[in-house]
Amino acid sequence: MQAFTEVKGLVAPLDRANIDTDQIIPKQFLKSIKRTGFGAHLFDAWRFLDAGVLGMAPATRRTNPEFVLNEPRHRGAPILLAGENFGCGSSREHAVWALMEYGFRSVIAPSFADIFTSNCFKNGLLPVALPAQVVAALMGECQNTQGFTLAIDLEACEVRHEDGRTFAFQIKASDRQRLLQGLDEIGLSLAHASDIKSFEARHKSRFPWLFENQPCRT
Amino acid sequence: MTVARTLYDKLWDDHLVTTRSDGQSLIYIDRHLLHEVTSPQAFEGLGLARRGLWRTETNIATADHNVPTTERELGVQGINEDIAKQQVLTLQENCERFDVELFDVTDLRQGIVHVIGPEQGLTLPGMTIVCGDSHTSTHGAFAALAQGIGTSDVEHVMATQTLAQSKAKNLRVWLEGTLPRGISTKDVVLKVIDVLTASGGSGHTIEFAGDGIANFSMEARMTLCNMAIEAGARAGLVAVDETTIDYLRGRPYAPQGERWREAVAYWRSLKSDADAAFDREVRVDLSDLAPRVTWGTSPDQSAAINGHVPETNAENRRALEYMGLKGGEPMRAIEIDRIFIGSCTNARIEDLRAAAQVLGNRKVAANVRQAMVVPGSGLVKAEAEAEGLDEVFRAAGFEWRAAGCSMCLGMNPDQLLPGERCASTSNRNFEGRQGQGGRTHLLSPAMAAAAAVAGHFTDVREYL
Repeated sequence: MQAFTEVKGLVAPLDRANIDTDQIIPKQFLKSIKRTGFGAHLFDAWRFLDAGVLGMAPATRRTNPEFVLNEPRHRGAPILLAGENFGCGSSREHAVWALMEYGFRSVIAPSFADIFTSNCFKNGLLPVALPAQVVAALMGECQNTQGFTLAIDLEACEVRHEDGRTFAFQIKASDRQRLLQGLDEIGLSLAHASDIKSFEARHKSRFPWLFENQPCRT
Repeated sequence: MTVARTLYDKLWDDHLVTTRSDGQSLIYIDRHLLHEVTSPQAFEGLGLARRGLWRTETNIATADHNVPTTERELGVQGINEDIAKQQVLTLQENCERFDVELFDVTDLRQGIVHVIGPEQGLTLPGMTIVCGDSHTSTHGAFAALAQGIGTSDVEHVMATQTLAQSKAKNLRVWLEGTLPRGISTKDVVLKVIDVLTASGGSGHTIEFAGDGIANFSMEARMTLCNMAIEAGARAGLVAVDETTIDYLRGRPYAPQGERWREAVAYWRSLKSDADAAFDREVRVDLSDLAPRVTWGTSPDQSAAINGHVPETNAENRRALEYMGLKGGEPMRAIEIDRIFIGSCTNARIEDLRAAAQVLGNRKVAANVRQAMVVPGSGLVKAEAEAEGLDEVFRAAGFEWRAAGCSMCLGMNPDQLLPGERCASTSNRNFEGRQGQGGRTHLLSPAMAAAAAVAGHFTDVREYL
């Protein structure tokens, strides 16, 4: 996983609530068996006017001039600002892969969907939940200010505004630590292999039917 | 004295392996369901790290998202799109390499992963179940802690047999009263989502309880739990009762003989203690529910069939524009181009029976371009055919297809064209979900059948 300590840069405002993972990366791109190649199709149906097929280069597409991410002033923004319940719906981790490959390192919103949040912390995308009124104020400023930037400091758990204001955010200690260090979660869990084995033995004696008559390749 | 616990508390406690040094809990996983879309990168990661599956026999795979629903006898060769075919072939190769049991495309047991789990007895009370698919919440109908996970967690479960997470809060949805005739659990769950909103269940596990639950069949309970995720909850639950036990008896992977009796004794304990505390509770009265249909692009945007599309406001403007609807329009006036009866929400035998009962000898209206039924599994399809339901659907003008996810998410060729309006028994009315530019209205199978006959949304109670 990519470590995350701090990001400072342009903010792109996407003022919609309940942005679901179907919008973030539409279904036709999930046929890929790779972890890469999704950034070109981030928000495909919103970014482009033609129908998207996996692998099409963005430069060859008809872009939607009305979609906020297509405005030149938001190009290269590492921070996305969005409405509540960001990432709801499908569990597709491809949504996180697409956001990161496109260039986002963090999403700020009033709230995030549970599975999406979990997927973020496996990849190094930082979901920052701030109070709805703070997000609304930042959204307005971002829309009305050319070159609006924010800094997000994961060590300090705060978002810093250019004018000196700071907004503290909460994050689970375990998620923060893994993100700061870019730790491989499977490695962390396998350090507990002996705990898992002894649990499994107890589990088997309590619930033997879960260890019998199991699917088996014939 | 022991502390009163909720059903979720009990399931959590019975699977808590340890708490990692970083504070995350490790939960032991009893069943891992795999499909072709969210597993390839996980298998690849496992191979690259030279890791194996921790416990192979807890894994079971099927291809459901990409499979065509016509010419099933052609197997994988029936998939026209190369990249989709590649994904299904990759699942076959991975299952072979890692020795995982696969219900392949031509297997009679193939079907939507959330339909075949319960059908085969692979889903049992007291289990923890995961799948790289958000509708894994379906299996909670069996008092199993069932959650959707991302691909990194798919790999984590493969390698460690555990899921690293923090415990969620407890939310109880108390259903009281008796469902009126013609109202289904799809209507109930759309109402529940309407009450909770699309994010109201976030951070919670929902237990559906109350005297109203007792009369619900297992299939009805699966519809309820299936859509817990549409209220933001990763898991939905229903306590075990005799209905649960009766459903499971004799299923291929259910315990047998003495083990069955041991299991049942434990299963009967899988309910919340009477005085258990919930972090939040909402109540829904079933007795005054009406059939519901969604009008927007989020599952919490629904209305009673005899109601209206809400007046346009700042919050719903975008949804109404996308849906091509005017604020204040009667729901019954909305005409439909396509009908889709299928998905992990509503493609089980009772769903098909309910739709067929409404159809009777009636025909699909002339303005409906296509109406299709996609059974949830090969076995559901066979059962429906044995009952003659396929004939009822065909005679009415429906297409009778082979099992899979199909038009619920349109990864296979079953998709809406831009602007087409669909009455769908699936679970998500997101923009473009069933095909780019397509317009999805969620409703029950009976309501979908009534809409097919009328050519517009209508009150199914007038057809019974």
